[in-house]
Amino acid sequence: MRREGKERCHEPWVHVVKKTEISASKTLLLSILAVFASLVAGGLFILAIGQNPFSVYATIVKGAWRSSIARKGTIKLAVPLLITALGIIPAFKMKFWNIGAEGQIIMGAIFATYFALFYDHLPHGILLVLMFIAGMIGGGIWGLIPAYFKSKYGTNETLFTLMLNYIALYLIKYLVEGPWKDPASSGFPKIATFSENARLDQILGVHAGWLIALILVVLVFIYIKFSKHGYEIDIVGESVNTARYAGMNVRKIVLRTMFLSGAICGLAGMIQATGAAYTLSEGITGGVGFTAISVAWLSRLNPLITLVVSVLFAVLEKGCSVMQSTFGMSSAVSDILQGIILFFILGFDFFTRYRFVFCKKKQGEGSMSC
Amino acid sequence: MLINFLFAAIKAGTPLLLGTTGEIITEKSGHLNLGVEGMMFMGAFMGFSVGYHTESLPLALLAAFGIGAFAALIYALLTVTFQANQNVTGLTLTIFGTGFAKFFGEKMISEAGGSPKLSDYFMKTIAERPLPVLGEIPVIGKLIFSHNPIVYLAIIIAIICSLYLFRTKAGLNMRSVGENPAAADAAGINVTLVKYVDICLGGGICGLGGAYLSLINGGGVWNNSSVVSGQGWIAVALVIFASWSPAKAIFGSLIFGAFSVLQFYVPKDIITIPNAFYGMLPFLITTIVLVITSMRKSKKGTQPASCGVNYFREER
Repeated sequence: MRREGKERCHEPWVHVVKKTEISASKTLLLSILAVFASLVAGGLFILAIGQNPFSVYATIVKGAWRSSIARKGTIKLAVPLLITALGIIPAFKMKFWNIGAEGQIIMGAIFATYFALFYDHLPHGILLVLMFIAGMIGGGIWGLIPAYFKSKYGTNETLFTLMLNYIALYLIKYLVEGPWKDPASSGFPKIATFSENARLDQILGVHAGWLIALILVVLVFIYIKFSKHGYEIDIVGESVNTARYAGMNVRKIVLRTMFLSGAICGLAGMIQATGAAYTLSEGITGGVGFTAISVAWLSRLNPLITLVVSVLFAVLEKGCSVMQSTFGMSSAVSDILQGIILFFILGFDFFTRYRFVFCKKKQGEGSMSC
Repeated sequence: MLINFLFAAIKAGTPLLLGTTGEIITEKSGHLNLGVEGMMFMGAFMGFSVGYHTESLPLALLAAFGIGAFAALIYALLTVTFQANQNVTGLTLTIFGTGFAKFFGEKMISEAGGSPKLSDYFMKTIAERPLPVLGEIPVIGKLIFSHNPIVYLAIIIAIICSLYLFRTKAGLNMRSVGENPAAADAAGINVTLVKYVDICLGGGICGLGGAYLSLINGGGVWNNSSVVSGQGWIAVALVIFASWSPAKAIFGSLIFGAFSVLQFYVPKDIITIPNAFYGMLPFLITTIVLVITSMRKSKKGTQPASCGVNYFREER
């Protein structure tokens, strides 16, 4: 495009272009910048409600690690978050928006609870393995249903998985009030506490869920990064048509991945029921299914980063509950800070994927030096 | 009995109607905002708090609308301008909004020294009362013309939104943005502006739904834990059930409202269905509707084509 010397630039003075590639160090820098900005914004919020941001932040961090009980509490919060986030990763990699983790956790917990309640005469090891498998199958089925309809009829998976969350939740309500109600408890209906035999063993003072979670981090990392399945997930996520053209059975991949995704979330449910709560109640998920989606996304769907992020989130949550007792400030501040951090990281992510191009006014030949 | 049941259904369906209308407007512009629950929670708090302090219903509703629109503005900024993932941003908004309302709600409780209660004067302005003349018609007068003022407001909003969507040029522009933003852009529509306006408008209406929950359902007392408990998600479900039409949402919300009060009106000695089943019904039926519409593969009454996908102008 030739331009005359005096002609003004007709392009908008700034426009946005997709970046082709970005170095890992730059991504890291931007992420740190985002976290820093969100801490400043969170600090301003704390200042606005009349507290000292530095002492609040210090209390959060110290509070989560101050005693061995607090540390164990933090780890207990991190475990379900981490496992669920790991479950979400394969589905999101495939661009299958599985926001049904809540429901999959619940189904895993329900299936596992069945064995805990009715087969607790079995030897401890066998019972736990059964519950482990049952939890995975329960969650897996709940992931498979929307995958089936998506691959067969193109049913919107976001809305479908969302609905399944609540169907699962009311299923618990039904079990609690009906067939599984503890006859020994008077008053508010609830399911009986698991017998000693059906509880997950403790390792180093915390239920074994943390070990399972760490093993899963490695397994999911290998699965996503180095296995043939992981590669197929990547391709389907990039372009279904490319995958078809390459001769992949897209339907099979979608079904398999969603079963896996649901199964891992179901495992989180099983661990919560048998390791932390020792029973099944409507509050079994504690909203983890939704938070985990944010965690997985924040970690750029990388299992190793997910480990770090979920521990940080657990620290934030535990620290805020400690803060409630020190500052008399509602622990809901944890949700607000989580929200602010996420908003900033979601916003900053833009700069890793896109760049601004400014239209420079140049004399003569030079059209646009973009 | 039947009249009482339908009356209660309308009462319970109104917050759903507001939430759904707001979400329809949002989704029609191509954005699936899963933050309805959060926006309703924020609206519930603002509506109550302003009503509590000023004793003015219009101000309370305005505040609820404002905070909902503000929350939606955050969402719009992130998804429209910064191209962030819609699902994640929406869920984050729910986390943030819930935390926001609970935090300031608790603050309000501690400042009031106990659960804050709306003044009698304010309660009178939002009380149910028969309209003059119309309210005296037998049956219909009781059923339709004896509600609290926000019920009428909700229905009027839904009708206006329906007209806006399907009878005005702005609505046509907005639907085309939701279906195919690239084509709309080429036709000279300011896609970004349309999205911002409609997302904020939708968020504001969701905020009103929240205010209804805290002002009417709460019985004039702020209860931190149970103001909004899943109604936002039912509203998202209702959008599907109403096949993205505010007019159909009026009847849809009546049906969903009926589900939520059904268990109190079913003769227990004749029909014995577990209570949990009534709560499950809206979601179960929505799922079935979702599957059936996808099986029919018709374009009518489905999600706008670009819903959930961000529009980036220079994408090829």
